[in-house]
Amino acid sequence: MARALINVPQKAKRGEIIEIKTLMSHPMETGFRTGLDGQLVPRDIIEQFVCTYNGEVVFSAHLYPAITANPFLSFTTIAADSGTLVFSWTDNKGETQVQTASIQVE
Amino acid sequence: MNTTRRQFSLLTAGASLALVTPARATPETMKESIQAFTGGKPIKEGRVKFDISLLVENGNSVPLSVLVDSPMTKDDHVTRIGIFNEKNPLPDVAIFTLTPRCGRAQIATRMRLNDTQFITAIAEMSDGTYFSAKSEVIVTMPACVEG
Repeated sequence: MARALINVPQKAKRGEIIEIKTLMSHPMETGFRTGLDGQLVPRDIIEQFVCTYNGEVVFSAHLYPAITANPFLSFTTIAADSGTLVFSWTDNKGETQVQTASIQVE
Repeated sequence: MNTTRRQFSLLTAGASLALVTPARATPETMKESIQAFTGGKPIKEGRVKFDISLLVENGNSVPLSVLVDSPMTKDDHVTRIGIFNEKNPLPDVAIFTLTPRCGRAQIATRMRLNDTQFITAIAEMSDGTYFSAKSEVIVTMPACVEG
């Protein structure tokens, strides 16, 4: 897979609700389109997204072909402790891409 | 049997038509996948604020957001949010799983729209109740046309 853009505030106050935005570069090929050769283009989509905060799952999503190419996801979490947020995207072939972001909580 | 030229072209035309017309979701299949999501439990209206444009020019990328009225505590929070449609090839759009650590039951994403249709957002609460909101979106240029 390719590059992901993640927007997490670098610093936050303890207990503050922060917004997280992610954009993954991916074609999200639906499997319903026909290619130039008249054959169906095989499905290639991200099915599962998971975000963990210091090892605990805070948010996950199951995506279907109706989600756009380069899937954008936005959600919130409570800034509990300084640490790492781990984001993972898994496609329908079982390939997973992981990216991390760190946050400092005061 | 000898196939005439006319018969042959009719046959191939039929075959290619069958290829480019994939199965489509209908209001019935949407109901089925909503039933699978709720397990057949009743769905009430309210508590869900579903934000999506009423008129979009390009169905390839339509931003949407859902905000559910919930305190998001351990005892009372939103566990899942499901988005469903009537006229895309598949009735499901996405299912989001939330936790009390989200702090707020708010999500945003972007979806494809194949036609003018109703989109439904359903929130599952930790006490097993369901709330929904729906919105009609008019699409002037649907997704999938260039496919």
